[in-house]
Amino acid sequence: MSSNLETLSPRLQETLADRLLKLVERLGEVTIEVGAKHLREVMLTLRDHRGLEFDQLIDLCGMDYSAYGDGRWEGKRFAVAYHLLSVRNNQRVRVRVFAEDDDYPRVATVVDIWPVANWFEREAFDLFGILFDGHPDLRRILTDYGFIGHPFRKDFPLSGNVEVRYDPEQGRVIYQPVTVEPREITPRIVREENYGG
Amino acid sequence: MAEIRNYTMNFGPQHPAAHGVLRLVLELDGEVVERADPHIGLLHRGTEKLAESKTFLQSVPYMDRLDYVSMMSNEHAYVMAIEKLLGLEVPLRAKYIRTMFDEITRILNHLLWIGAHGLDLGAMTVFLYAFREREDLMDCYEAVSGARLHAAYYRPGGVYRDLPDSMPRYEASKIHNQKAVDELNANRRGSMLDFIDDFTARFPACVDEYENLLTDNRIWKQRTVGIGVVSPERALALGLTGPMLRGSGVEWDLRKKQPYAAYDRVEFDIPVGVNGDCYDRYLVRMEEMRQSNRIIKQCVDWLRANPGPVISGNHKVAPPGREEMKSNMEELIHHFKLFTEGMHVPEGEAYAAVEHPKGEFGIYLVSDGANKPYRLKIRAPGFAHLMAMDEMAKGHMIADVVALMGTMDIVFGEIDR
Repeated sequence: MSSNLETLSPRLQETLADRLLKLVERLGEVTIEVGAKHLREVMLTLRDHRGLEFDQLIDLCGMDYSAYGDGRWEGKRFAVAYHLLSVRNNQRVRVRVFAEDDDYPRVATVVDIWPVANWFEREAFDLFGILFDGHPDLRRILTDYGFIGHPFRKDFPLSGNVEVRYDPEQGRVIYQPVTVEPREITPRIVREENYGG
Repeated sequence: MAEIRNYTMNFGPQHPAAHGVLRLVLELDGEVVERADPHIGLLHRGTEKLAESKTFLQSVPYMDRLDYVSMMSNEHAYVMAIEKLLGLEVPLRAKYIRTMFDEITRILNHLLWIGAHGLDLGAMTVFLYAFREREDLMDCYEAVSGARLHAAYYRPGGVYRDLPDSMPRYEASKIHNQKAVDELNANRRGSMLDFIDDFTARFPACVDEYENLLTDNRIWKQRTVGIGVVSPERALALGLTGPMLRGSGVEWDLRKKQPYAAYDRVEFDIPVGVNGDCYDRYLVRMEEMRQSNRIIKQCVDWLRANPGPVISGNHKVAPPGREEMKSNMEELIHHFKLFTEGMHVPEGEAYAAVEHPKGEFGIYLVSDGANKPYRLKIRAPGFAHLMAMDEMAKGHMIADVVALMGTMDIVFGEIDR
C-alpha cells in the first residue's frame, strides 16, 4: 500500500519497544496490537513521534470475536480496531486493542488525540457496548432513542428482539416481540484448507 | 428587561435542506448557532450486520445502497477488499473500466451535489442544468448494468460484463415525433464508448455553464465565501477527507498517493483550495469534474484499442461463461458452488480504500475463512464530515448551516449505513 512499508515495521518496533504486543505485516498492511493500559501512550507516540506522524484517524471500529471461526477463538471477546493514516509520510497502520473484561468491556478514549474519534467511539459503544473511559458524550448514535441491547454483538439476533406496529385499539405505535422467524438461506461454512483442490 | 435565553430548535428530519433524514438540534443565541448536535441513524439499516449473514457476492448490491448517488465507487472499495484478501489479479481492461466508471460516478455525484447545493442557497437554475447531464450518465449506467442507479456491476475479480456495442435509444411517442427522436438519438448510433466520447467532448462546455451561473454570482459568493472555514490542521484532526480536505489546502488524493485500478496510468491534476471555506470547496469540486472528464477520455481511448477479458479466469471467484457452463461438467460445478455456497475468502483482515467522490471510502473486511464475512466495517466519509458540523457551524447564522450541509455533500445512505 505504501512505499515506506519496509521502514515502518522496524521503526514501530524500535519506538514502541515492549508496549508492542504483536506486529503483523500481511497483504501490505501493518497491524499492531497493544495492551489496553498502554493505549493512550502508544496513540500519542504514533501521532507525535517523528517518522510516524499518524495525523489522521481514518476509522475506529468495534469487534466481537466470540463467534470467530465457529468457536475456535480463545482470546478476549471485544476489541477495538483503529486505522491510522499519515498524510505526511503516506503510510497506514492498524492498531488493535482488546478490552480486558469480556462482561464489561472498557477502553480508554482517544477523543482528545483525534477529535474525529468522538462519533466513531459513540458508534462502537452503541453497536458493541464497548465503553470508552473519558469520552465526553457517550450517547447512542445510530440506533433508536431508547433502544435496548447492542445490535452488532454476535449474540444479538439478526431480526432483532422487538418490532413496532400501529395498534388501532390503543391508537398509537407500540413495541412488541418480533413475530418473524429467523431464517438462514445460505448456511455459514468454514471449509478445511485446499477444499475442492 | 426580559431575560435572554438560548433557544433550541429542531432542524429536520423533514426539512427540505436536511438532505434526507437529518435531525439537527441547534442551540441558538438569537440567530447565531451556539451548538449543533446532529441526531443521525434515522436511515440505519445495519448493512454491516446484514453482510455478515450473506455470502460475499450477495452483499455487492448492498454497497450501491450506501451512498446512493455514487454507487459504483462503493462497490469498488468492497470488491477491492475481497480481492486483496484473495490475492486476486484483476484484468487490466477491467481496471480501466472501473477507472472510467469511478470517474463517471464522480461526475454524477458532483452534479447532484451542485444541484442540491445551489437549490439550498437559492440558485434554482443550476439544478436543472446539472440534471440534464446526469441523465446521459445514468443512461451509461443503464447500458452497462441494466439499472440506472443500483448497478451491482463490479464483481470480485473484475466487472460483470464487457461494455455493450449499442446504446439504448429513444422511441417515437405522442410527445416526440420521429424527427425529434432522431435528433435525440444522434449520438446514440454507435457503441457505448462512442457515446461517452461524445459526452466528454461536450461536458467541459457544460461545466462552463454551471460556473457562469455561480462562480462570479454575487449572491452565491455572499453565501459561501468565508463560511465554514477549516484550517488544514483542524481538517486533518477532524478526519475530513476528499474535497473537504483539499478545500483546506491539503494536497491529498488516494488516486495519486496510493493508486489503485488504473489511476497510475492516466494523467490528471489534483485541485486544491486556499482558504478552506465553502467557496473553495465549491471550486475544488468544479475542477474535479473537469479532471474526471479528462480521465474518462483517456480511458475511452485505451478501451477502444485494447480488447480483452473483463473478469478474472479463476472460476472459484468469478462465474464461468454460459457456454462453458453448459458443455463442461467442471464448470457446471463451479457455477453451482459459486451461486449457492459462495466463494471462500482466506482467513485474515484487509482494509481497502478508494477516493470516493465525497472522501475516503474504506472497507475493513475480516474473514475467518467462511463463505461470509466475519465482520465488515464501512468507513463512510460523510460520517466524519457530519461530525465536524458542530465545530464548523459554531458562530454562524442558521442560514449558513444550510450552506454547510450543502458543502459537506451529505448523503444519509452512507452515514447511517
